[in-house]
Amino acid sequence: MILALAVAIAVCAGLVALWSFVDAARNRMPERPLLIALVVIEVLLVAQLVIGIVLLARGGHPGSLATYLAYLIGCLIVLPVGAGWALAERSRSSTVVLGIACLAIPVMVLRLNEVWSGG
Amino acid sequence: MAGKTATATGPGRVLVAVYGIFALAATSRAGVQIATKFHEAPLAYILSAFAAVVYVLATIALARGGLRWWRVAVVACSVEFLGVLTIGTLSVFDRAAFPHATVWSVYGEGYLFIPLVLPVIGLYWLRRTAPRS
Repeated sequence: MILALAVAIAVCAGLVALWSFVDAARNRMPERPLLIALVVIEVLLVAQLVIGIVLLARGGHPGSLATYLAYLIGCLIVLPVGAGWALAERSRSSTVVLGIACLAIPVMVLRLNEVWSGG
Repeated sequence: MAGKTATATGPGRVLVAVYGIFALAATSRAGVQIATKFHEAPLAYILSAFAAVVYVLATIALARGGLRWWRVAVVACSVEFLGVLTIGTLSVFDRAAFPHATVWSVYGEGYLFIPLVLPVIGLYWLRRTAPRS
């Protein structure tokens, strides 16, 4: 995998999580800039999916193909479902929910890279 | 909202989100284990699948309202708590019997011990939202 992209995604998602928690602490509901940041992360995750599949097609061998695919595809689900759940009832908790969803992303992306390199 | 329970409003929505992430993690993990290497450790992978079912059930039950789902959530969180304590303890004292990880191995060590804390918070939240009769 391209480690630089993974690190970039992880750092962005971590920062957006922090942003969400600060907003929640200030008693704010999710606002448009925060939602745009989530879309940006999701776009980066789609780019990662495309790169991940291209690398496989070129003959790359992850440690476990099934685990690799599970992380590659699974991490795309978290933000849309999380955002849907967060926005279904708008309150300060919605902002926390977005932060939690963002926190899952670095974990999944870094595990994905471990699996790619044989872990 | 007469006769309804409110497990999925306010802070409860955060709890549902965390449960949802664990449901995804446990289900994917069990799915991969069973699909690719079930013969290596059938017991551990069946436990993995069991944990996944408990998380999925807890997530759905907490996300729904109403007395029946509240009861399902209490059962799911209790089973989850017993599961993490039992599997956690067994995996610490008899590592040979549990060489293959489940979400609950070593009290959820691989998941920052969140699996140990989550059912306690879940049960506390269910007590707070208990339907009054």
